[in-house]
Amino acid sequence: MINIVWAIVFVLVAPLIGGLIAGIDRKITAHMQGRVGPSIFQSFWDVGKLFEKENAVVNETQHYYAICYVVFMAFTGALFFAGGNLLLVIFALTLAGIFLVLGAYSANSPYSYIGAERELLQIMAYEPMVILAAVGLYVATGSFNVNDIAASTSPVILLIPGLFLGFLYVLTIKLRKSPFDISTSHHAHQEIVKGVTTEFSGPSLAWIEISHWYETVFLLGFVYLFFGFNPLLGVIAVVVVYLLEIFIDNTNARVTWQLAVKSSWLIAAVVGFVNLAALYILFGGHV
Amino acid sequence: MTYLAKSPWIIHYDASSCNGCDIEVLASLTPMYDVERFGIINTGNPKHADIFVVTGSINEQNREVVKNIYDQMPHPNVVVAVGICACSGGVFRECYNVAGGIDKVIPVDVYVPGCACRPESIIDGIVTALGILEGKRTKMVLDADKKEHHRHAGLHPEHIPKSGGAQ
Repeated sequence: MINIVWAIVFVLVAPLIGGLIAGIDRKITAHMQGRVGPSIFQSFWDVGKLFEKENAVVNETQHYYAICYVVFMAFTGALFFAGGNLLLVIFALTLAGIFLVLGAYSANSPYSYIGAERELLQIMAYEPMVILAAVGLYVATGSFNVNDIAASTSPVILLIPGLFLGFLYVLTIKLRKSPFDISTSHHAHQEIVKGVTTEFSGPSLAWIEISHWYETVFLLGFVYLFFGFNPLLGVIAVVVVYLLEIFIDNTNARVTWQLAVKSSWLIAAVVGFVNLAALYILFGGHV
Repeated sequence: MTYLAKSPWIIHYDASSCNGCDIEVLASLTPMYDVERFGIINTGNPKHADIFVVTGSINEQNREVVKNIYDQMPHPNVVVAVGICACSGGVFRECYNVAGGIDKVIPVDVYVPGCACRPESIIDGIVTALGILEGKRTKMVLDADKKEHHRHAGLHPEHIPKSGGAQ
């Protein structure tokens, strides 16, 4: 049932794809702002540079947490692309996120602390919607296994459009894009220095960046599941969704954490529950 | 060429500058000059930065701040003094509260003169700093290798001779 080859392919290839996506992201962002922008390979050079720097850790456990973050993020994606259980994938994703928070808490720095607290609030904000999306995929396809969902001929997006919209909303949080880049962001300046990554430097920061590449590829894979019945449509949807995220990132100011949490719960409660309730009323829970 | 030269991240600190040079530093980030096309990012976090760009002179208020920021930057790193005040104290060097240029507190690698200096000369100064950054990286690797070699030979770390400047 679980395809080990896909897991290995993900672990080896996902950083290359994720880094390239990050580079293209920066290029498009620069063009949107009327700039030339860096090379699309800039993200790889950044990470290469970070590995050349001194690893100035503030305590013994900090680097270990950064490594755990990348290991569990790679595990999350590997389990997903191997066709594993979607609920287990989401639990592994949360565990990876918690290691980043622990790493930030392990340093005795107010900026790092506030970043860690905001990261926890972000986890609180997106988690209900992500789980509801998994439940929606189960109702629409009859399985929690990723390979069954991807192979299903059921027109998933037509059955759970509300859950898809809700997932898009929290995707902005997960990709650390404005308006929800409250714990840390890829943009230069913000009010809490660099949030969760403030106290990480050199190789530790490089591992966090690589985890983010893994995460991007995994999340885009999740978007694909909504269109799994037509692979071509799925790939187009993934590209359109990412371009939309870049557009949102460049046209929105950062919101407060209160608004981020309230609005994502509201979206999850309204479109998520209404969509699921409609499915039960129309089909009695068996599509 | 190492990756260091392709991705120099900057931290910019205004040490009692009149803001003239600061505006020129920010002008380098605008679409007109767009330093991000060289991979240069203004980080705002000393722990992520490779190049410390300081404008303005040293006084008793910011002496500790400049030293603190410099100490937090992981090696290899370079310091670029932007503007004549950062280089020597400029017209303020005789003032009762001004100690002088940035090199009174921390070692400066590149001096960029001008009042206010043009974005072109700031970019030129950063590019010069990249060469020095690579030299420091080479020296850091050599020192680490030597330390490892002597450790195997059973020498005490304090007795290891430092390698000369490899610029």
